[in-house]
Amino acid sequence: MTDAPQSRHSAFQVLTGVFSLPAGARIGIGPMIAAALLIAIVLASILAPLYVPFDPLKMNSSARLSPPTDDFLLGTDQFGRDTFSRVMTGGRISLLIGVGAALVSVIIGLLIGLVAGFFRIADSIIMRIMDSLMAMPAILLAIALVALNGPSLTSVIMAITIPEIPRVVRLVRSVVLSAREEPYVEAAIALGSSMPKILLRHLMPNTFAPLIVQGTYICASAILLEAILSFLGAGVSTEIPTWGNIMAEGRTYFQIKPGLIFWPGLLLSLCILAINLLGDTARDMLDPRLKKREG
Amino acid sequence: MARSLSLLRARAPLAAINNKDPQSMFVYILKRVLATIPVMVIVAIFVFLLLRLTPGDPAAILAGDAATPAQIERIRDRLGLNDPLLVQFFTWIGQLLRGDMGTSLLSNTPVSGMVASRLGPTINIALMTIVISVALAVPMGVIAAWRHRTWVDFLVMAFSVLGFSVPVFVIGYILIQIFAIDLRWVPVQGYKDPSEGLGAFFSRAILPSLTLATIYIALIARMTRASMLEVLGEDYIRTARAKGVRENTLLFRHALRNAAVPILTIIGTGFALLISGVVVTESVFNIPGIGRLTVDAILARDYPVIQAMILLTAGIYVFVNLLVDISYSFFDPRIRY
Repeated sequence: MTDAPQSRHSAFQVLTGVFSLPAGARIGIGPMIAAALLIAIVLASILAPLYVPFDPLKMNSSARLSPPTDDFLLGTDQFGRDTFSRVMTGGRISLLIGVGAALVSVIIGLLIGLVAGFFRIADSIIMRIMDSLMAMPAILLAIALVALNGPSLTSVIMAITIPEIPRVVRLVRSVVLSAREEPYVEAAIALGSSMPKILLRHLMPNTFAPLIVQGTYICASAILLEAILSFLGAGVSTEIPTWGNIMAEGRTYFQIKPGLIFWPGLLLSLCILAINLLGDTARDMLDPRLKKREG
Repeated sequence: MARSLSLLRARAPLAAINNKDPQSMFVYILKRVLATIPVMVIVAIFVFLLLRLTPGDPAAILAGDAATPAQIERIRDRLGLNDPLLVQFFTWIGQLLRGDMGTSLLSNTPVSGMVASRLGPTINIALMTIVISVALAVPMGVIAAWRHRTWVDFLVMAFSVLGFSVPVFVIGYILIQIFAIDLRWVPVQGYKDPSEGLGAFFSRAILPSLTLATIYIALIARMTRASMLEVLGEDYIRTARAKGVRENTLLFRHALRNAAVPILTIIGTGFALLISGVVVTESVFNIPGIGRLTVDAILARDYPVIQAMILLTAGIYVFVNLLVDISYSFFDPRIRY
């Protein structure tokens, strides 16, 4: 049995295609700044234990709510913990949650979406379930999941992931639905390629490019959702500092020390801003038609 | 009413609406309404299972720390928690259909009463938010598209990207810092019903509404701009310009109405964002609405309240999107059923 013609892009081409520019295309200054900013924040967070002056958990009863000094660059919180050390270290967990939630939701969504797009019988059932998941507000669903499963890192990632899955499923399904009408897929079916082979070899590669874009958006919204969950008291336990729970603990002292909310808030917002801008750039480069519509 | 009538009269392809077969429209609406039933049933199953299959025994919570196993067992019996899952599910659904949302485990009062007493503040803030958002975002998007690639366009886009990137509660605290603490224009927190004086209501509701509106404005302005850009490139816009239609009329009457469908869609799907935002905003501004009620219930594992609230918010979301779907034909006569 001969093989059907390959789909147009290999996974590798699609992955590298995001970063290699078509001839004549230019990257604007905005995405460059966003990329530089994001790399800086990620590096600063990963390397935080090497350079922060204090243990982010070390309490100091003689320096509670201290204003910024030479020792405490951004002051301290109500337990005398150094805000600078905490904010820089907190980025590690926030970013981990963002990347983790993006990966898990993309992988699970991809599998469900492939099945929904290819098997007609499964499609209507799966899509009804996805519609129902989408009807429940992400935040309520996520706090309920964390409240019920405990404030561990895994349970927070799962709680953020589950409400994101339907969007990935819809995306993958729509790509598969249009790709399965392509001649190379019909040829593969006619030549009797096995079902898993058609799905994985011919249909799946089409989903990679849009999934990368979707993944960046999920990453950004997961970081945001983590902060909101922590703020509402349903985040990662406060023994592990994250941008979210630093702000959550700081809210009681907001009127005395607004820095406890503003500094982590600023870093978090810059990070999300950078990720979103890069996502937009990737989307425009992958699909010039969208660029035209978005202007 | 008068306004919507004048909209109808001003519409050129009015004939298209008259030609529309009322029966097929009715069938469409009926189908669309019926399609919401499976969605709500699955939501109900999901909510029910979510709370039954996760660790944490409501009877133990209700009984308190000092309770003996026998006491807990008696409470389990009273709550029906010892019945088979299927029996519990249908008992619950049966109660729901009779309008009985159960009794709160914590306060021991009917959930429907709790929701009703908390609904007012949330609805008032949400309405104010929608009015502010649409009133600001649609003109912002229209002007950004009209002055495409100028500094106005850049500002609107910058605002809408920022709106997506800053957590709702950080926006809330920034507004509190500026308008309540530094300028002292409005109180920091709290809520007063409009019946206690409109001034007192507005001064307390304006910051939460603006906070909530930020992300909604970002969303709607972005979509309005994108949709308008597409429409403004079409031939009939050039024709209208050529025959000397005033720029205002051109933008808001000729272009905006044709760009309305995606904008409406985003207002509908963005409603989920609004519900989520309400939860956070009520917490920041100490507003006794259903958002606070829900968070408090979830953190205290007050099962009947959690079930009712997730179901209720999902129901509102489904209903709003149903209305949006049905309203498409009103805005775009090309859509037939």
